[in-house]
Amino acid sequence: MVKKDVPQPQPDPQASTESTQALLRELVAHLRQNRTQLREEWARRITRAQLLTAMTEEEIFAEATSVYDNYVEALETGTFEALQAYARNLSERIIPRGVETHEVVGIVLLLRDVLARSLFAKYHEDFNKLNRILDAYEPAANRIANTVAVGFVQERERIIRQQQEAIRELSTPVLQVRERLLILPIIGVIDPQRNRQLTEQLLRAIRTNRAKVVVIDITGVAAMDSNVANQLVQTVEASRLLGATVIVTGLSPEIAQTLVTIGVDLSEMATVGDLQGGIEEAERLLGYKVIPYAEATQQA
Amino acid sequence: MEVPILKQGHYLIASIQSALSDADLSQLREALIARVGKFRARGVIVDVTALDVMDSFAVRTLRDIAHMARLRGAETVIVGIQPEVAFAMVQLGLTLKGIATALDLEEGLAFLDRQGQGRIENRPRHGRIDRA
Repeated sequence: MVKKDVPQPQPDPQASTESTQALLRELVAHLRQNRTQLREEWARRITRAQLLTAMTEEEIFAEATSVYDNYVEALETGTFEALQAYARNLSERIIPRGVETHEVVGIVLLLRDVLARSLFAKYHEDFNKLNRILDAYEPAANRIANTVAVGFVQERERIIRQQQEAIRELSTPVLQVRERLLILPIIGVIDPQRNRQLTEQLLRAIRTNRAKVVVIDITGVAAMDSNVANQLVQTVEASRLLGATVIVTGLSPEIAQTLVTIGVDLSEMATVGDLQGGIEEAERLLGYKVIPYAEATQQA
Repeated sequence: MEVPILKQGHYLIASIQSALSDADLSQLREALIARVGKFRARGVIVDVTALDVMDSFAVRTLRDIAHMARLRGAETVIVGIQPEVAFAMVQLGLTLKGIATALDLEEGLAFLDRQGQGRIENRPRHGRIDRA
């Protein structure tokens, strides 16, 4: 019979729609009142859980204060735009410091926890009221946690995309070293997408610079399998169709061994040991001869 | 559409102006091979700058032209392949192996001139008749 008297912790839809606003107001007032104490408790919990280790305690406290205020404001107004903007801004600041996703999610959940506990402490005598307060608090709190976490992840993804783009653009410079001679140093991994971009860039450069010889230097390519080798052969053949001779330089001993072992046929490709040799060979093809200035003046 | 074939010195220049049907391509091949003999041409240049696409038939016809012209004593250069076309061709495995290519008409002419130098010494074409 005792059981009957214990109210079941189930949300009462009617009550919640009626008084959610009032309850949230009460809640916000409570959070404002205990701002200092709750904020300190939260910062302590963050430090104890060893989150945000990349930041000093003062920084954690300062961030905690502004997160707390934004949190309360989002609870009060029920609008998340300001919080979203703040989350983006915060992410922008803390991502370069090496803060991880689990830390951000962790601190937001900690705050939710700290606040819930203070609510337990305040309303533990009136179980019904506590239930209604939690009904009002929890959906909003979940949404806030969600907003902050999603904001962080989105910001992270945006940065990653930006960096990928930057790497892609940086990594395939086509350089002219002499009239009609281009150099294409390849560094890193060649995948089909990059190969496509690289080839297109090279072909365009051959056209605009009217190049006759291209030296592709693959010193910076760590590993090569038959796929990559075939892609390289395609690049060489496409360049030939535009009338340019391609010399490949800088095949490392490991790559040479792999290619021969797996039986890739590179007989169509002109290869020279290093970049210097490649440029010398290209100069020979173009009819240049480089001689020291002193010798040249002697001859003249 | 018929492709105009121009004679420039010892070279024949076929400049393709628009997309060609298979029949046009065959017609071009026959006309070129006939004229190589008629004009005693030493080189053939096929300019494909205007082509945005090259299918396997076009590539095969170009290869045939090059091989047939060689049998009749003329070297062939394909000039003006667009970068996108070149990329598509190698992806399809159509690579014109063993056939000379050049960036544009100017480069093609320069290539044929270089090719010709060796031959002129061996076998003088514009007969310098010794009247000793």
